[in-house]
Amino acid sequence: MRPGAGAPAREAQRNRWLVGGPPVAYLLVFFAAPALIMVLASFRIPGEFGGLAPLFDPAGEVNLTLEAYTRFFTDPVYAEVFLKSVLYALVTTLACLALGYPLAALIARSGKRHRDLLLLLVILPFWSNFLIRIYAWMILLGPQAALARTVNAIAASFGAGPVPLLFSPFAVLVCLVYVHLPFMVLPLYANLEKHDPALLDAARDLGAGGWQRFWRVTFPLSLPGVYAGAALVFIPALGIFAIPDILGGPDDTLIGNLIKQQFLETRDWPFGSVLSIVLTVAALALAALAAWVGRRGVGRGVRA
Amino acid sequence: MALLQVRNVSRRFGDFVAVDNVSFNVEAGEFFTLLGPSGCGKTTLLRMIAGFDAPDGGSILLDGVDLADQPPERRPVRTVFQSYALFPHMTVTGNVAFPLQMSGTASADIPAKVRAALEGVRLTGFEQRYPHELSGGQKQRVAIARALVTHPPLLLLDEPLAALDAKLREEMQVELIELQKDVGIAFIYVTHDQSEALALSSRIAVMNRGHIEQIGDPASIYSAPETRFVADFIGTCNLLEGHARATEGNDLTVDIPDLGEVRAASRAPVVEGSNIAIALRPEKIHVSRSVPPSLQRNRFTGTVTSNLYMGDVTVYLVTTERGRQIEALLANSEPGRSKMFDVGERVELAWPVDAGHVITR
Repeated sequence: MRPGAGAPAREAQRNRWLVGGPPVAYLLVFFAAPALIMVLASFRIPGEFGGLAPLFDPAGEVNLTLEAYTRFFTDPVYAEVFLKSVLYALVTTLACLALGYPLAALIARSGKRHRDLLLLLVILPFWSNFLIRIYAWMILLGPQAALARTVNAIAASFGAGPVPLLFSPFAVLVCLVYVHLPFMVLPLYANLEKHDPALLDAARDLGAGGWQRFWRVTFPLSLPGVYAGAALVFIPALGIFAIPDILGGPDDTLIGNLIKQQFLETRDWPFGSVLSIVLTVAALALAALAAWVGRRGVGRGVRA
Repeated sequence: MALLQVRNVSRRFGDFVAVDNVSFNVEAGEFFTLLGPSGCGKTTLLRMIAGFDAPDGGSILLDGVDLADQPPERRPVRTVFQSYALFPHMTVTGNVAFPLQMSGTASADIPAKVRAALEGVRLTGFEQRYPHELSGGQKQRVAIARALVTHPPLLLLDEPLAALDAKLREEMQVELIELQKDVGIAFIYVTHDQSEALALSSRIAVMNRGHIEQIGDPASIYSAPETRFVADFIGTCNLLEGHARATEGNDLTVDIPDLGEVRAASRAPVVEGSNIAIALRPEKIHVSRSVPPSLQRNRFTGTVTSNLYMGDVTVYLVTTERGRQIEALLANSEPGRSKMFDVGERVELAWPVDAGHVITR
């Protein structure tokens, strides 16, 4: 080290800690520590009236067990719920992509004046309470609402019986898409807005029609935005419990509902912890996979 | 029949007339340059030929076929964009193969054509690089290879060298001329750089405020400018404003208020008493302490007010007795001497009758 370089370097390091310290401490106390407690809880025995049994039983033996893990991996019911949750999250992500992409592209291509207004409209739903918005769907999809009456009138004209819209997978998926759509639109917009219009001119000049310009130029360049949006939709959708609770039918129990049940109703903390861990690991694995695919596929060119 | 015919093309943006009734032809294999200051309409004109913009009036014909109904992707012309517009997510090969894939070239034929196009612009060994791994000059070559790979009849180049530094720009100019001769494709080259236009072109159209001031080969544009704008825009020029006093055939006597009586030869008849200008290039002026006897006309004495040493030449600003400033230029052919005349020194200026070019517009 050069003489005299020590003091500024020390100061820079101190400033780094001053700036980065509080958020790191916050995450350690409120995220890392609870996560660790959850991991430890997953190996314990549930208490008689909820909570956890004492770590040492009266005989002095350590009360640790893999029973909760065994239960998850042996009873197919749980794998089924887990796969169903993945399926719902996947459908939600694809639907958000299909609806969000054109919307993001529209906003990115609209004039500067309209752009801010359109973005405001996209995030406007956040201004009202999450639960209130879900309950609103109860009314919208309810049997007396115009939508259900129209659908059932059409169904009747084909000789089919009335179809319930509420308390069905349909209701759950519609609301999942509705709630998560902004999380797809915003990163996609941020990406599409940066595209150089000269690239589309060049593609056109070189003989590419509309679809070819989209699939060969716009879409590959937007993949980082697609991955970001997909992660922001898929991961929260995977763990959600409020929407299936309120709008779902008996078959719409997802992994999030199961976890909530373990902690609040069945009061089996170890098994609830196991379910949470599996969910977290699955979400991390999928995020890692998406990042890996992104880097391999287009990462090199897009970073430029 | 000319390869490209631009007939009475106009384009307005609101009240602003970007292109005003422009007509010209480009022959097959020609290096044609649209030259003018920024905002003169040259890029708008290029975009209309490429199809990105449509004329409000007039027509554009390629091989005698009106292009009006053809969108850019269906026009056989290709464009090299100022920003290169290389696809950042594709390698050099991917970029150059793109137009071949779009035109439905058999995939077995693509590698050979890509290789040939890259060899044409002297860029081999970079096939698997991405654009962000290339230098400005290399990107430029890829952009040209990509535009030429399908052998279009006409290539449009929009200030393609503007982003390069001076040294590289000069190298690329030489390569562009050679490349254009090799491929035999007509180029329409847009630039605001008059020296680039003079060096590269077989013909130049000088544009100003949406219309064409003059079309001609570089030598005639430089030595016989038809308008004051062309004289002023191309190279440096002493523009001597005055009115024609007497004419003998095509020989004129012109009164220049701040200089005196100047004799000039006009190529066309000039109305006596009309306002005209004489364009006099700095290198045509003889500067000395005593004028040789062969030059008896157009003699003026003045004082050197500044001298700018440029290396190969030195530029002298001389103020004549009546206060007119004249720019003259002398080659520094004698070794070891940077300046022939010092500031404040009295010198004689003279030029032959046929050195000044008469401009009536």
